[in-house]
Amino acid sequence: MFVRRRYAAIAFLVSTCAVLGVQERRLSPQQLSQAITSDEITIPTPGELFAALAKPGKLNWSSQYREPISTNYGNRAQIALNLGGLIADGFIAVEAQDSQQVKNIGADIIKMAKSLGVSEKVLGRGNSINQFAEKNEWSALQEELESTQNEVKSSMQTHRDQDLIILVSLGGWIRGTQVVSGLVAQNYDVRSAKVLRQPALAGFIHSKMNDVSPELQNERLVKEVNIQLGAIEKLVSFPLGEAPSPEKVKQLNGAATRMMQEIESKTESK
Amino acid sequence: MSGARAQTDDEVTARRIVLDLAGAFSNDGFKVRDGHWSGMVKPHETKIVAVNLYAGNQYWFSVGATTKAKKISVEVYDESGERVVTEKYEAGEKAAAGFSAGHSGQYYIGLGLIEGEPTSFCLVYSYK
Repeated sequence: MFVRRRYAAIAFLVSTCAVLGVQERRLSPQQLSQAITSDEITIPTPGELFAALAKPGKLNWSSQYREPISTNYGNRAQIALNLGGLIADGFIAVEAQDSQQVKNIGADIIKMAKSLGVSEKVLGRGNSINQFAEKNEWSALQEELESTQNEVKSSMQTHRDQDLIILVSLGGWIRGTQVVSGLVAQNYDVRSAKVLRQPALAGFIHSKMNDVSPELQNERLVKEVNIQLGAIEKLVSFPLGEAPSPEKVKQLNGAATRMMQEIESKTESK
Repeated sequence: MSGARAQTDDEVTARRIVLDLAGAFSNDGFKVRDGHWSGMVKPHETKIVAVNLYAGNQYWFSVGATTKAKKISVEVYDESGERVVTEKYEAGEKAAAGFSAGHSGQYYIGLGLIEGEPTSFCLVYSYK
């Protein structure tokens, strides 16, 4: 029986190899440079980053909670950046398996999304987050948080606020990087530190930031965040196979924390 | 993100097929990303989509098309463009490739139409 299965497996592999011949063994530099990129598939969720870090062992996720942030900013760019950060906070609470914290953050996400005038569909997500949190359905919550983020972005696109989409992604990525570098710095090990390597992702976000309208680029907060992003890009661009030193991880955490403080504290209205 | 543009019937079908396929990996603890890529693929053409992955995570990249596609393939390439060894599932208009990311950084997903007429493809991925 086992032998027969083994032959079947080999036959499957042979047929698979025949198929493999259709696609190249190696992509050319031109194919790499022309690869399709999109906000929704090229940028990973904070949940993916946290999943990678969670592999080596149990982590103290609640140590990375922050004080509740304001939900009534007057500046749309600042709302978008903070909304991304809040969604990342939701993923942290899911990792901590803290249903009350998930509900609190879910309520803040909806309040903030309302201030951007997003669709009713997004508002309905708040109820789903609550229901999944009540039942401790952590996997469903991760998917719901990402769906909420995508509904917000979709609504921004519909309302011709495309430039804000990358700010939501940036806010989430920076908050995720702050949390993961904080956890790695707390209990350094080489394997966990390697997770922080993301040169292409940082470069992609940076290039999208440079594509937003000149008016938005000239807003003080956006300008400041874009400058700080350049420094963070360097810190996550270490060579393949290497790990950042404990000192570099602390530097990255400091840089991400400064950017988060900037995002939370500005009070411009526009 | 469904986007501002309305989806065509073929795109909707491809999305339904790929979500069915990706759903099978959920039974094994994989979380399906809500984001996806949809687009038209012609015979013997390869579309390359850039993704950013994290070391230590396991991934399945699932692709679905309409029944106009008779055989499709999905491959994973690392950041230098070298093809990565993956576990495979291939069945007509559905295909998937799974692997554990050895390092954090950029990877490329190659989607090919081996046999069939030009049609819409949909790519989603799952991780754990």
